Amino acid sequence: MMASDEPMAEISCTVNGQPVRAHVPLRQSLVDFVRHGLGLTGSHVGCEHGVCGACHAVVDGRVVRGCLMLAVQVDGRTVTTIETDQPTAQMRALQDTFFERAALQCGFCTPGMILQASELLTRTAAPTRAEIRDALSGNYCRCTGYHAIVDAVETAAARLRDKAAA
Amino acid sequence: MPRASTRRLVAGRGRYVDDIPAKGEVYAAFLRSPHAHAAFEVVNISAAAAIPGVVRVLTAEDIDPVCPPWKCVLRNAPDLQSPEQRPLARRQAVFQGEPIALVVAQSRAIAEDALELIEVEWSERPAAISLEAAAMPDAVPAHENLKSNICWRFEHRSGDPDKAFADAEHVVQRRLVFARKTGVPLEPRGILASYDPSTNALTVHVSHQMPHQFQLHLAELLGMSPLDVRVICSDIGGAFGIKMHVYPEEVAVCAASRILGRPVKFIADRVESLSSDVHAREHIVEARMAVNTSGMITAIDVDDIQGLGAYSVYPRSSTAEAMSALRAVGGPYRFDNYHALLRSVLQNKVMTGQYRSVGHPVAAAITEALVEDAAAVRGEDSIVFRQRNFLPTEAMPWVSPMGARMIDLSHHACLERMLTLVDYPRLRQEIDTWRQEGRIVGLGLASFVEFTATGAEAYGRAHVPVSSLDGVMLTMEPTGEVRAQCSASEIGQGIQQGLAQIIADAVGVRADKVRVALGDTAASPHGGGAWSSRGAAITGETAWTAGRKLRNELLNVAAAMLQTTAASLDLRDGRILAADTGAERIAIGDVARTAIFHPYDLPTGTNAQMSVSHTWGRDADPFLPTNGVQASLVEIDPISGLVRPLRHWVVEDCGRIINPLLVDEQIRGGVVQGIGEALYEICRYTEDGQYGSGTLADYLLPMAADMPDIVVAHVETPYSGSQLGAKGAGEAGTCGAPAAVLNAVNDALRPFSGRIDAMPISPVDVLRALGKLPAKAGA
Ligand code: FES
Ligand code: FES
Repeated sequence: MMASDEPMAEISCTVNGQPVRAHVPLRQSLVDFVRHGLGLTGSHVGCEHGVCGACHAVVDGRVVRGCLMLAVQVDGRTVTTIETDQPTAQMRALQDTFFERAALQCGFCTPGMILQASELLTRTAAPTRAEIRDALSGNYCRCTGYHAIVDAVETAAARLRDKAAA
Repeated sequence: MPRASTRRLVAGRGRYVDDIPAKGEVYAAFLRSPHAHAAFEVVNISAAAAIPGVVRVLTAEDIDPVCPPWKCVLRNAPDLQSPEQRPLARRQAVFQGEPIALVVAQSRAIAEDALELIEVEWSERPAAISLEAAAMPDAVPAHENLKSNICWRFEHRSGDPDKAFADAEHVVQRRLVFARKTGVPLEPRGILASYDPSTNALTVHVSHQMPHQFQLHLAELLGMSPLDVRVICSDIGGAFGIKMHVYPEEVAVCAASRILGRPVKFIADRVESLSSDVHAREHIVEARMAVNTSGMITAIDVDDIQGLGAYSVYPRSSTAEAMSALRAVGGPYRFDNYHALLRSVLQNKVMTGQYRSVGHPVAAAITEALVEDAAAVRGEDSIVFRQRNFLPTEAMPWVSPMGARMIDLSHHACLERMLTLVDYPRLRQEIDTWRQEGRIVGLGLASFVEFTATGAEAYGRAHVPVSSLDGVMLTMEPTGEVRAQCSASEIGQGIQQGLAQIIADAVGVRADKVRVALGDTAASPHGGGAWSSRGAAITGETAWTAGRKLRNELLNVAAAMLQTTAASLDLRDGRILAADTGAERIAIGDVARTAIFHPYDLPTGTNAQMSVSHTWGRDADPFLPTNGVQASLVEIDPISGLVRPLRHWVVEDCGRIINPLLVDEQIRGGVVQGIGEALYEICRYTEDGQYGSGTLADYLLPMAADMPDIVVAHVETPYSGSQLGAKGAGEAGTCGAPAAVLNAVNDALRPFSGRIDAMPISPVDVLRALGKLPAKAGA
């Protein structure tokens, strides 16, 4: 519908389990595509320079910075955002502990934090506080000061271990 | 108790401005001045306007007819001279990044393409940039025809400071330099303005801290009635004082929507945020403290030069920060003689303004640096010096030399608590051991007073329309649940949850039976929004009274239904009980349904009010003082000069605490902002006014891996002038942290030659202080 000379491309991909075909501007970033093309506004734009981590999405199982990837690059791939109705056990555990521990204030960093932390917990079942802090160092939070976030990730890891042991 | 509403946010279902669509919306991008100071003429917009997808190119020529300029005026400070400011600059640009034209297009990307085709003729002028240079008598003027860049001068003297300094046993002094920083809410500023010409009505979604204030300013600037301007602040991705001002971009977007008759959206990108959000805390301070033979502080003298940027920020004035600092200097201590001098200076940089804990971190850093120096010249531990000089509890209320009424403070108790918390003698021993092992480690303390929950006089006497009152409306639903509409704003601090708990307690229902709506001028009474850590102390107090009113109504109806007296009934957990036995009589939902659907069952004339409202603001105490102590343990890397915070402790007295979980996290978040202020954050300009901190790679924020765990403890001294006794808590972390870190770094440096007197504390300065780099020329 854009009345412009914008160069466009067709892509098809899977987003949160649903097949998607879309006509996207060549220069559109992945985060702009999921936000404005698909209405999935849980990935946020905090810097557009690959620094803050607010724009995280998961592409073929790996966390990516949605501002550094183009929409056309997900052609043929699988994209998951925080809104997915099939969250992993790690995501669910983190959503609970972030809520309970007040590990968010404004919430703008939270979806990115949860996706990043969930990748950590998939890799490492019992991370130390220092490892958690390291893993989250590409995700800025201006509100919480991180302490509660580290607590929430620790607790989520413990719960997942308990569940695995049960 | 966690915040119910954050369930949405962890699921990615938040609704920040950019998440809210409007049919037919178009997107704005601004052309900004590349020069710090220049005359200009927009000579040709036709190429830009011709790009497919461009809706309109607007300049001051288009905007001026629908929106007049504004100017920061304080009636109680008539000498303050701040130039006029416009949504789009006209012929003169006075800071790099000032908006001069606006493109509205089908996408932001197209709008940005068009910006490049706007032809502008520039004629550069010399610029006033550094604070020292801009403050000189023969300085380059920041605006054409300006006689002096010093646009506000304030002097205060109480007691006889000259005599106190002349008679002093010791005088210690420091020159402290504070560099500009900014708040960096993770969600940048943004606005969606939808003007409907058929009804002459404007609906605005905006990332802002005070919807009612913004509504009034928009209405006035656009010549509309506030009845026709609705401002909605939905989820706000952080604010910290940055989102409480009237910015040219937001007003320009509203004007553009008015001109175009369609929704216009503008979301600042990070470069725009870092270069056009208000900056803060640019000060050069010369401070002295006089101490007598008994080791008592007799006088403080402060000379503060403050950088304002190109305008005093509208409407609250950039000078508020320095005034706040001067009020808080010496806060925890009893001293009688004070001299303060302030010069606020216009520069060709973006405006400075209110940022979390406005001015207080500067005051705490000055005071606590002097306290360390005074203790050192006396050869005693600064803890002993503090304890001797603290304003004792029995001396309160006491009026400070700046006229602040000091009440309900607990300096000694907080420090005692801190010493236990850090296990002081043992920690000192440990530090000695580490030092023997060659580590460069230091411990710093900072006591502070922070003035919170600002009352009506602060802005009222200046005739700036800022509400320090709040309104709360409560409606009893037929289900026995309570709907609340309040004039506070939720910016992540959790006031929505706090109010739900207060209302629940006041009425006698569970907190999950109360739903609190905030941030919509069409839905709530006029009131203050979020600033000055006012939520619990002011909105909370208002909500408490509103809740009690509703409870009384419910008890009266129940009494009529049960043919007894209201006094013999109690209301708890949503159930009406017999006050004496606690036996359940009836559920609150039955009371509500009777009042709403079956009023004929009640005695004639009962007319039960199932919605009540209350408006309240404090009459007494223009500010609520709070106090606390922070401690910081740092280690310096001898090779890089980098400072690493190892531990941080806070003992805070914010009066009665409503929700401990949320208060502690506010404090922790504030501390980390304060650590950022002390160690990393700086807005740099080159000598000719080019802004150099425009990305998050240049403007360093505290990251998870660099931050310590933070221990938080409380002393609770309720405010004696209210029912709840709550005071402000949200900014306390930021208030004391920079001072504690500065003292910690200087403690670590004590065995070496140098000292740090500037923030942020740069690795280069640290290496100089360690003697690893030659001292600065002239120093
Ligand atoms: S928006 Fe992508 S990393 Fe910040
Ligand atoms: S909660 Fe606001 S940025 Fe993390």
